[in-house]
Formats: sequence, structure tokens, C-alpha cells
Amino acid sequence: MNKIQILTIGRHPEILQTVVRLVNNNPDWHCTGVITDEEAMAAFTSQAFDLVLLGGGIEKQSEERLCNVFKAHKPGIIILQHYGGGSGLLSAEIYEGLCGVKLG
Amino acid sequence: MAQTILHKAETRGHANHGWLNSYHSFSFASYYNPERMHFGALRVLNDDTVDAGKGFGTHPHDNMEIISIPLEGDLEHKDSMNNVAVIKNGDIQVMSAGTGIYHSEYNKDREHRVKFLQIWVFPNKKNVEPRYDQITLNADDRHNKLQQILSPNAGDEGVWIHQDAWFHLGKFDKGVNEDYQLKLKGNGVYVFVLNGDVKINDQQLHTRDGYGIWETDSFSITAETDAEFLLMEVPMEF
Repeated sequence: MNKIQILTIGRHPEILQTVVRLVNNNPDWHCTGVITDEEAMAAFTSQAFDLVLLGGGIEKQSEERLCNVFKAHKPGIIILQHYGGGSGLLSAEIYEGLCGVKLG
Repeated sequence: MAQTILHKAETRGHANHGWLNSYHSFSFASYYNPERMHFGALRVLNDDTVDAGKGFGTHPHDNMEIISIPLEGDLEHKDSMNNVAVIKNGDIQVMSAGTGIYHSEYNKDREHRVKFLQIWVFPNKKNVEPRYDQITLNADDRHNKLQQILSPNAGDEGVWIHQDAWFHLGKFDKGVNEDYQLKLKGNGVYVFVLNGDVKINDQQLHTRDGYGIWETDSFSITAETDAEFLLMEVPMEF
């Protein structure tokens, strides 16, 4: 079974690292973490992601730009706001986002 | 007509990690219930007991208003803004995690456990500068009346957060009744009973029950026994 591929973007390197580690604790999920918009767009256009998590510190303009690029490249991509910073909310947010998405 | 939702105490999520015994009113960590994701902007209500000498190691947060209300014992807080503080029963602590903070919380007492409520509210503004505050509340100010402990306004009673939310504590003797008027149209109130029996309009609640009420301007609170409770008014759309 293929893992659900998750792209996480966050400006705070340590929090991003924590989020990636926590997502990867789930054996069905694989997380790629990036800090900048450029890294995010490069990753998204070169790999197949099922879900994008927008973490802390992303400016409104960047968020709009990234969402437009992601949706243009892959209409129907699930884009979620992650709140709390690698906290107890992470799994529930992803489960909610994945409702209707079939694993592998 | 008012909309309501009842969360009986025994239906909460439960995780016993040994050092931490936690009851979750809403989905949290490994407890996932799609029917219990949040009540408006109120996202987390954890009823935590931390063993003597144990605690939460350093961990991050961002973009969340985090409120802690100790019910028993003392909890030491340290964070990446260089705040070192002890919160104890009678205090309320607030953190705006904003762009990101790290903190730890320890029960340094080697003999006594700590009980506290951990409450998270979605902020109305993302990526704010992280902020920490704590105050000591006067317990007399909630005896047979509602004591405001949190609001959106820095100059108002209690602590403040980045959200149109108001929290009140009440410690009512048996038979005492009071009406609560909602502060803002579109808000709802989540009632959490700390101990005793309380009636909200016609709904009987017992210790640790939760009850959400919205699409109403006011409701009545009656203590059926001596009782303590927390009212959390939050926006239903945010």
C-alpha cells in the first residue's frame, strides 16, 4: 500500500521538524517538510502529494500564491491549515482532510 | 430557538500515559472522534492530572491561544520567551503561540499531583507575536456570581486572548441562580462543570459534563448542589 504523501510548509525550522516527525510516526503517512515558497513549489511540482499542510508563519500573500500554484498543478489537492505547531491536533486535522481519500 | 449539545463526562476521550491522565472533551492526540472536533473556536478542553515529579517536556506550539487553569497543585512553566513561572490553583495562564514558541510544564512537587484544565482556542489573527501572561484570581469574586477570567480586551477583567471569547468561573451555593447574557451575536457558550450539579435552562449537568449552547442571547444557570463551573463563550464561526 502506498503511503499518503503530505507536504508541510512552515517558517519555523524547529516546529517544522517536529511536525514532520509527528506525521511520520503514522506508518501510513509520509511527510516532506519545507520552509520557503520556492522549496514548496519545487517539491509540489516534482512529487505526487495527496495533502498539503500550511503551518505557522506563512504570510497571507504567500499562502494565496502557494494555494493557486498547487490547485493549478493538481486540482482537488487537499490543503489544510495546521494549528498548534506539531501538537495534539495534527492527526485529527489530517484524518479530517483525508475523509474520502483512498489509501494507495 | 437555542441549539444545544451535551457531552456527558464519561463520553470524553481518555488517555492514561501513566504520568499523565487526560480526559479530552474534543479530539486530541490519539483520540479522534469526528463528532467531537470543536465547539466553535474552542478546539481543546483537556482535563489533565500530572503525577508528582512529572511533566511535559519542551515542545512547540504555534497559532493557538492556550489557556491553563490549575485546579490542584502547582505547575512550573518555562518557555522560549524566557518566562519561568509557577501557576497554582487560583491562577489562570495564557499563551498566544502565534509565530511559534517552545515551552515545558512540570509538576516539581515530589509528593502531590497536579490537576489542570488545558484549553485551546483558535486565534482570530494568525502569526501574532508570541505572548505569555498569568494572573491570580480572587476566589471570592466568583462566590454566587460569575467572575470574568478572560476576554478579548487587554484592559478588561482577567487575561486576554486574540479571539472574541469571554470565560467566566462560578462557585455557586445550592439554589443560586443567575442568567448569562452572551456578549456577542454569533457566539455560543460551552459550559464545563468542575464539580457539583448544575442546571442550564432545563438541562441537568453533573461533574465534568460539558454542554454547548448557541443561537441564543441568554440562558439560566442554577446550582442544584454546591457547584463550580466554567463558562467559555466563543465565536461559532471563526
